[in-house]
Amino acid sequence: MNGLLEVSGLTRRFGGILAVDSVSFAVAPGEILGIIGPNGSGKSTLFNCILGQLRPTAGRVRFAGREVTGLRPSLLSRLGIGRTFQLLQIFPKLKVRENLLAAGQEHRGSMLSRLFGAPDAGLAGAVEEMLAFFRLAHLAETPAGSLSYGQQKLLDIAMAFMAGPRLVFLDEPAGGVNPAMLAELEARLRALNRERGATFVLIEHNMEFVMGLCDRVLVMAEGRVIAEGTPREVRADARVIEAYLGG
Amino acid sequence: MTGRRLAAVAAGLLVAALLLLLPLTLRPYGLYLMSLWAVLTIAAMGLNLTLGYAGQVSLAQGAFVGIGAYAAALLTTAGWPLGAGLLLGVGLGLLVGWLLGYPALRVQHHYLAFVTLGANTLVFLVLRNEDWLTGGVYGIAAIPRPTVLGYPTDHPLAFYYFCLGVLLLVGLGLGLLLRSPWGRAFEALRENPVRAESLGIDTRRYTLLAFAIGSAVGSLAGAIYAPLVQYIDPSPFALGLSLALLLMVVVGGAGRFFGPGLGAAIAVLLPEWLRFSEGLYLILYAVLVILVLVFLPSGLVGLADRLSARARGEGR
Amino acid sequence: MSNVLQLLLAGLATGAIYALVAAGFALLWQTSRAINFAQGEFVMLPAFFVLAGTEWLGLPFWVAALLGLLLALLLLGLLFKRVIIDPLLPQGVLPVVIATIAVGILLKESVKEFYSAEAQPFPALTPGGNIDVLGAVLSLQDVAVLAVAGLAILAMQLFLGRTRLGRMMQATAQNPEVAEILGIPTRRMVLYTFLLNAALVTLASILISPVYLAKFDNGETLGLVAFIAAIVGGFNQVRGAIAGGFLVGVVDNFGAAYVSSDYRTGILLLLLIAVILLRPEGLWGRAEERTV
Repeated sequence: MNGLLEVSGLTRRFGGILAVDSVSFAVAPGEILGIIGPNGSGKSTLFNCILGQLRPTAGRVRFAGREVTGLRPSLLSRLGIGRTFQLLQIFPKLKVRENLLAAGQEHRGSMLSRLFGAPDAGLAGAVEEMLAFFRLAHLAETPAGSLSYGQQKLLDIAMAFMAGPRLVFLDEPAGGVNPAMLAELEARLRALNRERGATFVLIEHNMEFVMGLCDRVLVMAEGRVIAEGTPREVRADARVIEAYLGG
Repeated sequence: MTGRRLAAVAAGLLVAALLLLLPLTLRPYGLYLMSLWAVLTIAAMGLNLTLGYAGQVSLAQGAFVGIGAYAAALLTTAGWPLGAGLLLGVGLGLLVGWLLGYPALRVQHHYLAFVTLGANTLVFLVLRNEDWLTGGVYGIAAIPRPTVLGYPTDHPLAFYYFCLGVLLLVGLGLGLLLRSPWGRAFEALRENPVRAESLGIDTRRYTLLAFAIGSAVGSLAGAIYAPLVQYIDPSPFALGLSLALLLMVVVGGAGRFFGPGLGAAIAVLLPEWLRFSEGLYLILYAVLVILVLVFLPSGLVGLADRLSARARGEGR
Repeated sequence: MSNVLQLLLAGLATGAIYALVAAGFALLWQTSRAINFAQGEFVMLPAFFVLAGTEWLGLPFWVAALLGLLLALLLLGLLFKRVIIDPLLPQGVLPVVIATIAVGILLKESVKEFYSAEAQPFPALTPGGNIDVLGAVLSLQDVAVLAVAGLAILAMQLFLGRTRLGRMMQATAQNPEVAEILGIPTRRMVLYTFLLNAALVTLASILISPVYLAKFDNGETLGLVAFIAAIVGGFNQVRGAIAGGFLVGVVDNFGAAYVSSDYRTGILLLLLIAVILLRPEGLWGRAEERTV
């Protein structure tokens, strides 16, 4: 395998329970990979193990040819891996612009240049671009906490893309988003993928959204990968139907 | 927007005039109070960085004031200039503050409050018990006032202007720091540490920095406190000062740049207005803190913001 | 040898009082996630209610003690919960920490202002005198403290573990959401914990004041020591906090005798910092699920 991300034999045990059981997969550059599965099938734990929130019990993660297993989230971010969380995670008291600046500032220069250098040199352009891309420009000076839920969701995703990551993990991006906003979100994500070659891995419960957006889908049940393929193949797979109905 | 700016400039000029001209009319005791206000404001500004901006509880700020005060007192009574004492105090503050930050990496809010509270008591015990260095309960007397740029500051008015100058420099420095990406990282750490970490912000390093810088500013305040009072013993640096500084920050408005100045002003002036009883002052102050917490979570500066916004019909 | 036994028994006697205070502290934390930084002042105050009863109103001691308990239940239980904790808890842990610090200052300064700044003698439960236990000389007061506090702890454990009400309180403490689903009136249970805490600090106050005298600033050390006991023992378990209380009482006594009386609080603080860094859930606590 020589994907952008390679996960092999990843395992996480909580006491006697195997939350993630020897999961392996790879993500190719430019791909959109969906991970689906019933509640409690280990999707979020898998994310947390890959992204440095939890230490995996066994297994390895390689990113762009480099071993990154167990690295701290801030380091992974600076290597080019972005993420969003299942619940909205923004800085509510900071302005929208400041949220985006905070999301990009650690990816260039040194600690000292961040203190003594011209503040935010080179970031302003990227911020304007993100504001325009996610249609938040008119809200740039508003505290993020007073945006609508849908707008906060867009900001949340914009922050993950601020530093130009090569790979982004999205945890239920469609959760709680109304249908009109959902179409907008799907269009934005698709554009990021086409225009910027961004690679995504996303967990999602909204099947329509997953099947429409993803190139490939991974199905998890009880901590294992039980099926893998194009949306069409997965939809027809008897094991998948059983996992959802039989659980 | 220009109306708001105008009001801010007018308020600024008024405060500047008050700080520069009022002292000319004051007797030594009034000058002492204003100098004390400047010192407490510096110490509270340091705590405001740690607590208000970076969201890390510290109940040890008073101990850092003590560390700075003893560093300055020991060096200046040994014949060194105050500048050396300042450097030593700030250096020690940075070092001990950085170390104090380590528990913050492992434990959350309430535990952190206890650890820092314990650290404060430990520093106090060292100041009280290590007679060979600190003079124990007898303290250090005859701390000289510095000569600044060739001007002696023995006169209370001269020393007050020295304190004010230091306050302005510290305020400027902290203002620039808070507007830099570091300041934003501190706020991100306060608002949402998990998200900050996922965006590449090294939350461990910034937590340690927040403790180190905030504590060092506290020590800086201590290094000016020593020549202000010219005699120090361990008693002012017990837990009480840390709690008082914490309350100043909260009453003024945690995370507000001018909050500490206002909180310190109330802390210095309230006992003067209520001269008949020191105890009653603390009672009222405690009640004020509770009222502010329950009704004005953003402090008095936050209240002023809201009132001025409402006055112009921008209230939400 | 008898010296060691003597230090041990005396340490256990003070430790029993710390255990009462630490247990109340742990209960509050469990049921409402409220850290009470005024817990030390809570212990200081009821002694003054009793003194006010005997000195100002001329009541007999036991009547005054009952009055003190009643006032404590009202002020330190009900009012404290309604006025301070309930409005501030939704704002997070930090405002509660700061507000209870302010409450501590308020109580301390009020006693100093309205009662006295001097240490007040407080009637002892027993006559003076010593008894001999296997060669160790132990004051009757210590024996009484150990007995009363020990019984109180035992009674509390039986109440929490064996009675219906106690179990409902425990369930609320361990998992409020599940308790709610099981139909337990959790809001009332939380109130009962605040009342139980008020009763515990009143008992501690009456036991400790004859030894240390009643003084407005007693709360500083008492609070700190009780916090250390709760954290060292593990304050997500009442049992841990109680064990921590005894341990801290003993360590304090031995530390003062054998290491350094100048640094006796310092020894406890080092113990505290070590436990927080190495075993943050406490020596007898159960680890809380960390969600980072």
